[in-house]
Amino acid sequence: MKTFKEKSFQTITYTAALFTVACLLGIIFGLFREGLPIFKHVGLKEFMFTNNWYPTHAEPGFGALALIVGSLVVTLGSLIIAIPLGLGAAIFLSEMAGPRLREITKPVIELLAGIPSVVYGLFGMAFLAPLVREWFDLDTGLNVFTASLILGVMIVPVICSMGEDALSSVPKNLREASLALGATRAETIFKAVIPAAKNGLAGSVLMGFGRAIGETMVVLMVAGGAARIPSSIFDPVRPLTSTIAAEMGETVMGDLHYQSLFALAIILFLITFVSNLITESMLLKRGKK
Amino acid sequence: MVDIQLQSLDLNLWFGKNHVLHDVSLPVYKHQVTAMIGPSGCGKSTLLRCFNRMNDLIPGTRIEGRALLGDADIYAPKADVSKLRSRIGMVFQKPNPFPKSIFNNVAFGLQIQGGFSKAEISNRVEESLKAAWLWEEVKDRLSSSAMSLSGGQQQRLCIARALANRPDVLMLDEPTSALDPQSTAKIEELCLELKHNVTILIVTHNVAQAGRISDQTAFMYLGELLEFGPTERVFTVPADKRTEAYLTGVFG
Amino acid sequence: MALMLVLTALFLVLFLVRMFSQGAKVLSWDFLFTAPRDAMRAGGIYPALVGTFLLTALSMVVALPLGILTAIWLTNYGKPVWLVNILRVAINTLAGTPSIIFGLFGMAMFSNLLGFDISLLSGGLTLAILALPVIINNTEQAISSVPEDFREASLALGATTRQTVSRVLLPTALPSILTGAIISIGRVAGETAPIMFTAATFYSRQLPKGLGDEVMALPYHIYALMTEGTHPTEQVPIAYGTSLVLLLLVISISAAAIWIRSSIRRKRQW
Repeated sequence: MKTFKEKSFQTITYTAALFTVACLLGIIFGLFREGLPIFKHVGLKEFMFTNNWYPTHAEPGFGALALIVGSLVVTLGSLIIAIPLGLGAAIFLSEMAGPRLREITKPVIELLAGIPSVVYGLFGMAFLAPLVREWFDLDTGLNVFTASLILGVMIVPVICSMGEDALSSVPKNLREASLALGATRAETIFKAVIPAAKNGLAGSVLMGFGRAIGETMVVLMVAGGAARIPSSIFDPVRPLTSTIAAEMGETVMGDLHYQSLFALAIILFLITFVSNLITESMLLKRGKK
Repeated sequence: MVDIQLQSLDLNLWFGKNHVLHDVSLPVYKHQVTAMIGPSGCGKSTLLRCFNRMNDLIPGTRIEGRALLGDADIYAPKADVSKLRSRIGMVFQKPNPFPKSIFNNVAFGLQIQGGFSKAEISNRVEESLKAAWLWEEVKDRLSSSAMSLSGGQQQRLCIARALANRPDVLMLDEPTSALDPQSTAKIEELCLELKHNVTILIVTHNVAQAGRISDQTAFMYLGELLEFGPTERVFTVPADKRTEAYLTGVFG
Repeated sequence: MALMLVLTALFLVLFLVRMFSQGAKVLSWDFLFTAPRDAMRAGGIYPALVGTFLLTALSMVVALPLGILTAIWLTNYGKPVWLVNILRVAINTLAGTPSIIFGLFGMAMFSNLLGFDISLLSGGLTLAILALPVIINNTEQAISSVPEDFREASLALGATTRQTVSRVLLPTALPSILTGAIISIGRVAGETAPIMFTAATFYSRQLPKGLGDEVMALPYHIYALMTEGTHPTEQVPIAYGTSLVLLLLVISISAAAIWIRSSIRRKRQW
């Protein structure tokens, strides 16, 4: 009887583990099953590299270049803001701040990380965008610039906390050795500690990249909505995520448009998957300096 | 002729490629204190853990040879490991009471076996705490946390906890190395008292301790059992040169 | 460097001030406990509160047992090893997957394939998968932090793995597991993309009566007001108000988790 209880407990937990794997496989399978068929209609090269996104026209076009570029541009913009803010804060917290300050800031950063993206979206749409429109005398404030700003602030907590982890795990004696050789605090930080933490820091940036490129609500509400390749930062764009979110409601299950959106999801998934893999390997390398 | 309660016969153990125990044949006599001494890394604790199959937890372990509790083969393929472990109690070097009440710590072994009434458990807890010389100190606060006890008290609690299973053998792995001299003395005296009811196998780094409390002494070196015999004899006329060297502190 | 931190803090302050000031204008008892009226131009957000609550509860009912059991398997069994490796890849990948993809999957799998339609059930299940990696990672960490001494002592006394888990490891790790669960609740409550096509609706006349009904939800409400609303003058303030409610909800959940975590650290006796 005892063995039965033991075996069943083991089986139950094993099944739970299998189920979790099944979830991932299910998602991958689902995406590919619904999305791959579009490539019978449109070649992969054409899908990814032509700028011809007119899924609802009589002669539908499925060139997603503008969407991919949109995603990349907004993500890049957000990193331009988030890297200095996030890494700067991380360096400050890890190397310069006293323990009390650190104790207060850590929960605050966690709080910031917990703010739902739709609330950021509201802030961007109702407050920031009109301001941007006024300041720069534009037709609309919903564009790459505004979206990058909001998205950037959104990923600061990610970069900051991972970056701070990476810096704190640099052993103390490295700093001591540097100082003992006559380097100043600043030189120690920039020439000794940061290079030692470079894998972890790169990992944190990549993590931010992954978060930003996968973000939906903010870009849906703030980036505009024009499926065009932007010619300036004040142009509206429509990244992959907002395309999927915005157009899904219009499709009929199984039709070409539906398939094309799943195909976009495949691209998005692959981007974040690869990004995660690289982040993981960066973090692994971090252990072996 | 004294019964052998526990023994290993030509026991060999490998951790992966490391051959850690070589042909160890150790008898442990009933109602006696057997001490295992030897320098760090010689395999004393490893041998102990063979008896209650705690080495099974380490991946890559391989055993050859036999170990017997009474007549039962410890490593029999269908052996009930849980049952075995309740018949061989173990006390660790660092006291490790559960973050539970004193009462629930001692009662743990009975709770997992199941089938004991509340009264039976209560009685057994009292009996074990008395046997471990801890009852007087804690009888009024059985529901308070075990973590509030001092180091020496915690270790006696661990002894009580092991005794609650009424094991045939009590194994202690360097039980006093983390304790102060008074607590150490107390536990040594306790062993001398306990041996009348429970066979004791103790691993110790402290040669003097072995001399004080044990009936039999086993000297291990680099995974081999170099010498075994009555403590008096081993300490005064050791058969092996290396035993003598260790006892006199030439190496340690 | 300090400047960076200051700038971030400044933004946070600006953000919170704006949210609170705009949102507070609309907040009232009425706002919280009545339904919307007048084509969403007036009235309250009660159904959305209920919807969010139900979605979150359902997702936790599914994800917590699944996640905790998986974490137990990882920390106490873990054979065969290839499954451990695949599982870790799965957990990490799921953790980094954009929420819209969960939404798509939920729509294809639960709403369409399994026929649950746009419902509380579809949304709850989708959110459960979203929460799963967070719960697994957190629980695994919580169990691994229990000192090995306790596990050894338990096994040496004759306990089986199952008994060791249920009588020693889980009770000891429980506060940390709880903290993780609370953090997941906060995360799930604020998600929009996973429920857009699986559960949420802009307006429903009545409160959901069963798992098969559509629901209103706070995050979706904010989005819909801003993008589908036809009367911005009245609706933008309502959106702010809803945001404020959502923010307060999420912040208090986070705060609760942080508080529990630090009181665990203080009380810990080993």
